[in-house]
Amino acid sequence: MDLAEKVKSISGEDVLSCYQCGLCSGSCPVRFAMDLSPTQVIRLVQIRNIEKIFEANTFWICSTCFACYARCPREINITKIMEALRQIRLRRDQDKISVNEIPKEELKILPPIALVSNFRKTTA
Amino acid sequence: MVKIPYYPGCAVQTTARNYSISGIAVAKKLGIELVELPKWNCCGVFPSLATDDLMRHLAPIRNLIHVQEMNENGIVQNENRIITFCSMCYHTLKEVNLFLKDAEKMEKINAFLEREKEFVGGVKEGYRGGVEALDFLEVLRDMVGYDRIAKEVKKPLKGLKVTPYYGCLVLRPREIGIDDPENPTVLEDILEALGAEAIDNPNRTQCCGSYHTVDRKDIVAKLTYDNLIYPIRNGAEVIVTCCPLCTFNLDHRQKEAIKLHRDLKETPVMYYTQLMAVAFGLDKQFWGVDLGLHYVDPKPLLEAKNLY
Repeated sequence: MDLAEKVKSISGEDVLSCYQCGLCSGSCPVRFAMDLSPTQVIRLVQIRNIEKIFEANTFWICSTCFACYARCPREINITKIMEALRQIRLRRDQDKISVNEIPKEELKILPPIALVSNFRKTTA
Repeated sequence: MVKIPYYPGCAVQTTARNYSISGIAVAKKLGIELVELPKWNCCGVFPSLATDDLMRHLAPIRNLIHVQEMNENGIVQNENRIITFCSMCYHTLKEVNLFLKDAEKMEKINAFLEREKEFVGGVKEGYRGGVEALDFLEVLRDMVGYDRIAKEVKKPLKGLKVTPYYGCLVLRPREIGIDDPENPTVLEDILEALGAEAIDNPNRTQCCGSYHTVDRKDIVAKLTYDNLIYPIRNGAEVIVTCCPLCTFNLDHRQKEAIKLHRDLKETPVMYYTQLMAVAFGLDKQFWGVDLGLHYVDPKPLLEAKNLY
């Protein structure tokens, strides 16, 4: 299975109906920290250039807030596409963050839900 | 007093004790006894969004099975609802039923649980489906009603300018959310019933930065500023929240946000249940303001408004 098929299979989403309106990027609260916009990522999935997506940080920066999906006129669950991209990386490579590097003073105040959700999204 | 199963989760037992202490007391005042789920485990925190990742759905399913057991053991009678305060717990517990609409997945999960039976933590029987997860906000809106809430108010929050903040997981995606994903009103309606003035917050449904608070504080600091500055400019004196992670980011990350933007002034963040406890005239131990959990102390504001 090539990478584009893998994205489709893990996310369960077909991105071919995307007509590149850009509403997802306009709605994304963390677009400012992304190399590529969500719209650009979807376009790259359409043309099956997944390796190009992996050069960018977009799917790690996505915070799974579902704002893009709530507004997408084509009802594409872009959040699931981002999850599929994270999953492919995590299943292939190593973890995105190193748990040991979190400062002790932060560990004292961070809510457990912050830690667990972070590890679920950034570690395999 | 109606008895309904209650799922606490890790946050409301630790960094958000002020949420559950006030919430349980408020529920009791409104005639609802929240019966803690025996043997509950982690909710899973964030549902896996991958179609092939069944393992990561087991945590919420085990919790829903414990609700079945509560009925069988006579702890509750014919009660297939489970109430949570934390938006993340609500989200995962609600999502798993949608996920299990696929009969094949349900069958696979139950086959696994059957094999797991003999091990520690194993459940006696599989999940039959149909346990409904409710966020406490839904309970207040749909079961209790705003009129009943208004009737319990002993100290109306007159002159207190409050801005609601919802965050994401209690609203989105649409099929899980408890209110309109773009224009929710439940927090505003509760504030109105308490006699407070709700200040508009254009970013009240925007992400707080979520789990990036662990390794990307810079992202969270910027969002904290964005999410607070407009309502504060509109006169808001306190932010009201419903999620322990949003609360942590909006409250504790003000430290980093103020370093970025000096025009942000420290503003207290409280759970809606805390303001309800204040307005209901409950004993101060149920307000949860004396536990050292707030980064910005809400007491000076409450004192200034003659509420403390």
